[in-house]
Amino acid sequence: MKYVDEYRSAELAGTLRAEVRRLQTHPWVVMEVCGGQTHSIVRHGVDQLLPEGLELVHGPGCPVCVTPLELIDQAHFIARQPEVIFCSFGDMLRVPGSDADLSGLRSQGAEVRVVYSPLDCLKLARSNPGRQVVFFAVGFETTAPANAMAVWRARQDGIQNFSMLVSHVLVPPALEAIMQSPENRVQAFLGPGHVCAVMGYREYEPLSERYRVPIVITGFEPLDLLEGILMAVKQLEEGRAAVENQYARVVSRDGNAPAKELVSRVFQVCDRKWRGIGMIPRSGYRLRQEFAAYDAERLFAAGEIRTAEPAVCISGEILRGVKKPHDCPAFGVQCSPQHPLGATMVSAEGACAAYYRYGRRAERAPQRHEAHQVHKGNS
Amino acid sequence: MNSKMPNPSGNVCPLPIMEHTHVVLGHGSGGKLMAELIHELFLPAFRNEYLERLDDQAVVAAGGARLAFTTDSYVVTPIFFPGGDIGRLAVNGTVNDLAMSGARPLYLAAAFILEEGLAMDDLRRVVESMRAAAREAEVLLVTGDTKVVNRGDADQVFITTTGIGVMEKPVEISAGRARPGDRVLLSGHVGDHGMAILSKRENLEFEGAIESDTAPLHGLVAAMLEASYDIHCLRDPTRGGLAITLTEFAAASKVGIELIESQIPVREAVRGACEILGLDPLYVANEGKLAAVVAPQAAQRVLDAMRAHPLGRDACIIGEVVAEHPRMVIMKTGIGGSRIVDTLFGEQLPRIC
Repeated sequence: MKYVDEYRSAELAGTLRAEVRRLQTHPWVVMEVCGGQTHSIVRHGVDQLLPEGLELVHGPGCPVCVTPLELIDQAHFIARQPEVIFCSFGDMLRVPGSDADLSGLRSQGAEVRVVYSPLDCLKLARSNPGRQVVFFAVGFETTAPANAMAVWRARQDGIQNFSMLVSHVLVPPALEAIMQSPENRVQAFLGPGHVCAVMGYREYEPLSERYRVPIVITGFEPLDLLEGILMAVKQLEEGRAAVENQYARVVSRDGNAPAKELVSRVFQVCDRKWRGIGMIPRSGYRLRQEFAAYDAERLFAAGEIRTAEPAVCISGEILRGVKKPHDCPAFGVQCSPQHPLGATMVSAEGACAAYYRYGRRAERAPQRHEAHQVHKGNS
Repeated sequence: MNSKMPNPSGNVCPLPIMEHTHVVLGHGSGGKLMAELIHELFLPAFRNEYLERLDDQAVVAAGGARLAFTTDSYVVTPIFFPGGDIGRLAVNGTVNDLAMSGARPLYLAAAFILEEGLAMDDLRRVVESMRAAAREAEVLLVTGDTKVVNRGDADQVFITTTGIGVMEKPVEISAGRARPGDRVLLSGHVGDHGMAILSKRENLEFEGAIESDTAPLHGLVAAMLEASYDIHCLRDPTRGGLAITLTEFAAASKVGIELIESQIPVREAVRGACEILGLDPLYVANEGKLAAVVAPQAAQRVLDAMRAHPLGRDACIIGEVVAEHPRMVIMKTGIGGSRIVDTLFGEQLPRIC
């Protein structure tokens, strides 16, 4: 496919791989921040091309995984209201709250719809004037502009039966939390390409400086990832720590100015709880006061629902890059995408789900495969 | 499932385990939830030697003949879509389930559940399309039933077709017959039907229209059997796509399967649509394709026969059956890595970003 195949070339992958091997003299731990990157790494087997001692750990950049149980319970409370049409991106459908998931609620009569854009909710609101259409606005900075646009348009068009349950989170404060953690192992980051397409990478510069950590803004195709890894290793080997931009075809230093402008008019920065990490100050968005009429949390008094996050879970350690999915004894045994024990197993972008789906039941599986590749010959 | 899943000590996860007290859409997805339903409810209730094979059809003996017998319900929405409609699908789908046993399809029965208020013109179009499809597939629709339900109790029209075919060749084709060394053949591009439906349903417009591939495959199968009887498994990868069909072969035969990603044909428009929606074309439904597991010495002959048939022009060998990693399908990726192709658990859900 044009503009995609170019980034999946086996030949170029081989060249980049050789260059990483040539450069690397020390063991390093690199975190890919974004869930989309994790998915791509495991789907294409990028991690198997890396030399021994170069370890990739998976970051907190899966919005479904870091959404706290409390917010999911609030969403379910709203979705259960008979007048509500509850809209969500597909990922959230199977994430269990305390006693149900959205797809289960749907089977019990709640009207839950999967949408591809929050703007679809405005159409729904117009064609269902007697109902309240609520959108579950989960995501990082990437999805914030479209969500902001939906609220902005709703006000502009005088749509009154639309609201949004906002659970937006921001990447830089999460990276800071990881770097501040005493158990941190991460020595370099592959920065989130999509997030930076919106926000630019200026705000990562003080982070890189303060914690002396290389941050390479990286794309999502296999060659993007290999090149990002190469750039990170180069910095580590040379003892440098700077923000570099591998994803220059999409990301600029200042990002998308109109999108940022719209986001800042509709949302304001607030403290947010992250599943597995806890409260991080100034790490999310909520609707500004002037858009309070579109705030589903307020309209349904859902903020009164408080769910205590149960005891510490390994998914928190996975989200911070301290542990890997198969460090968990439940992985692939009691816990599978069919019966998820934790959010990291639910979302397609969750590290556990990616490992499970693309075959990381045990660390040795790939080697075994390579071994019998040899005797297979040409079939 | 709570009783089966004790929390491992020291690793208390924050989410409860779900037990489904109600049917969810995932139970009909062709993935693990559906397998669970079949294994825990239907199979224990009706267990017999035919059902246990879990093929898409049963081959039974009656009056000295070997007959293939199958049934399938069609509830697709929208009922008209690029490349076909529910009527054509209802004929071709059941014809294909019969053909995948190696049988020659003969007779169909059709049951219609109609929603009050369905436009008579739409029903006529569906029926006309079934008539044309039955003629193409060389089957007779010999009996049927009609029910009408209140508005809202069904979605326009649901059709169930049941089919009978005769086994004229001494072949034994079943998901459990794959052997190490066998080759895996695919008759053409995957993902067309599912993406045609999804694009129409969600009003997504992609460069280059995607059309359903719905087609009767009995002629293609006949041509393959002309070339060789050494065809071990045959299935049309409908719901759940190629991935589910191959994982079912691997599980039923207790063998491993190795695929080469670059050998699996996917149309440009389908790949693009899948990239945008975060779907994997290997898991997207087809309605006019088949996957075959063929003995190594017969593979080339069968492939040539497929390529000579209009519905198998783009056929290719996509992998091999191996003794290693039994019940597991492993795919070599384009950049030289590898990954497991696993069963899906429920519906394939589009990603957030």
